[in-house]
Amino acid sequence: MEKRELTCIGCPMGCQITVELDNGEVLSVTGNTCAIGDKYARNEVTHPERTVTSTVVVDGGKAHRVSVKTAGNIPKDKIFECMNAINAVRVNAPVRIGDVVLSDVAGTGVNVVATKNVD
Amino acid sequence: MISYDIVIIGGGPAGLAAAVSARKAGIDRILILERDKELGGILNQCIHNGFGLHTFKEELTGPEYAARFIDQVLEEKIEYRLNTMVMDISTDRVVTAMSRADGMYQIQAGAVILAMGCRERPRGALNIPGYRPAGIFSAGTAQRLVNIEGYMPGREVVILGSGDIGLIMARRMTLEGAKVKVVAELLPYSGGLKRNIVQCLNDFDIPLKLSHTVVDIEGKEHVTAVTIAQVDSKNKPIPGTEERYTCDTLLLSCGLIPENELSNKAGVQMNPVTSGPLVNESLETSIPGVFACGNVLHVHDLVDYVSEEAKKAGESAAKYVKAGGREAEGGHVIAVKATDGARYTVPTTINTDNMDDLLTVRFRVGNVFKNAFVSVYFDDERVMHNKKRILAPGEMEQIILQKKKLAEKPDLKTITIKIEAE
Repeated sequence: MEKRELTCIGCPMGCQITVELDNGEVLSVTGNTCAIGDKYARNEVTHPERTVTSTVVVDGGKAHRVSVKTAGNIPKDKIFECMNAINAVRVNAPVRIGDVVLSDVAGTGVNVVATKNVD
Repeated sequence: MISYDIVIIGGGPAGLAAAVSARKAGIDRILILERDKELGGILNQCIHNGFGLHTFKEELTGPEYAARFIDQVLEEKIEYRLNTMVMDISTDRVVTAMSRADGMYQIQAGAVILAMGCRERPRGALNIPGYRPAGIFSAGTAQRLVNIEGYMPGREVVILGSGDIGLIMARRMTLEGAKVKVVAELLPYSGGLKRNIVQCLNDFDIPLKLSHTVVDIEGKEHVTAVTIAQVDSKNKPIPGTEERYTCDTLLLSCGLIPENELSNKAGVQMNPVTSGPLVNESLETSIPGVFACGNVLHVHDLVDYVSEEAKKAGESAAKYVKAGGREAEGGHVIAVKATDGARYTVPTTINTDNMDDLLTVRFRVGNVFKNAFVSVYFDDERVMHNKKRILAPGEMEQIILQKKKLAEKPDLKTITIKIEAE
């Protein structure tokens, strides 16, 4: 059996939550004071996910860089792989918000899209 | 002299939302003056997500949130001037501005909306001993360098202060290949959002040392090391607790201060607690026809509340212009005060004649309170008593006042917000 300690991000209370796991299966969630904490803890120990935001180089535009994000969450353990892939991207201006600058980043099935217009 | 109905100082989130709402309230001649080369303000460099949950019910990045308002400004054909610095505002609302293209010129404004935002507290205001080498940046400056200019300020980083910008930059520098060694926070708690502590520090095993501060900076040309130490309850470093970190960069995230040089020069009355103007229910300052909103008024943690506040300032300015710049005479004026744990309120006065049916009063608390009550008193009578599981200095709070409730009390002099244990 495994025990994991988490800080809930659901609200400023920041409850210290303890999750008991057995073979990846959640046995118990304790320390939370509401349902948000229970849900957060279960997701966080079984499949933690994050949105990654960064910038990529733009050629021929009014700005040197354009901000980007993963269009959805990606597994937390893929963050650095995702960053390496994003750092290799160069795009040409103009770029519009929502333009895909990199598809299926790091084999996650998630696209990286522009978050700013650069003319 | 050229003239506009409303001149807005600043094209960040507050200025943009104020402009759009003034237009929707029927004002034709609106001008936004922006110092930077583009609209959007600080949101342009806040490339992380988490903006707009209240306003748009989705998680946007800073530039995306700004674009929603910039698009409206463009659709409404609201005029704006970039690369333009406002030098002066007079009490009769003559705005003196300057740009490389147009030189120095003056604009007569029917109403002025102050939306200049805020600035970071610099090293000079922090009394950190040690050398003054290169490699010391405010967190926001580093954010601009990395996210807009595309430069890394350094590779080994120590961060002083655990405000949200410092936390966000801890993650950002880490993602870009830097090693963030420690975040030191003078207070026994972080002013940053829990979400940022978890996702920016814990995710990358960056230690957060509460009740710690920087006691030495080494390096003659460039930072070579920073020493931090634990502090006692009076914020004095405790001898023997020093820890030395070799690094090439020190980032400072030690608070934000509303940028009110223009307001001060114009003679606007200020609130010493917020360092922003004192305003009434219409977000109007002590100078008639001059309104304020966003971080220049008081520092916000959520841009959604900035947009909401700015909308109100835009509507108020529009109303003022439509009334021909004449203030309503008389009316029932009530003072709004913050005591017992509540630090300040915005607004600080209410004229019931000018208020909408519902009025949002925003405030902050001075400490962390668990299971406490937000109480509202009409003079000595307690009229609201709301239990809150948690109140924290980093989270802006609000109460809503109803006009009809105030109308029932023609003798009411003071509304007081207090934090009570029971």
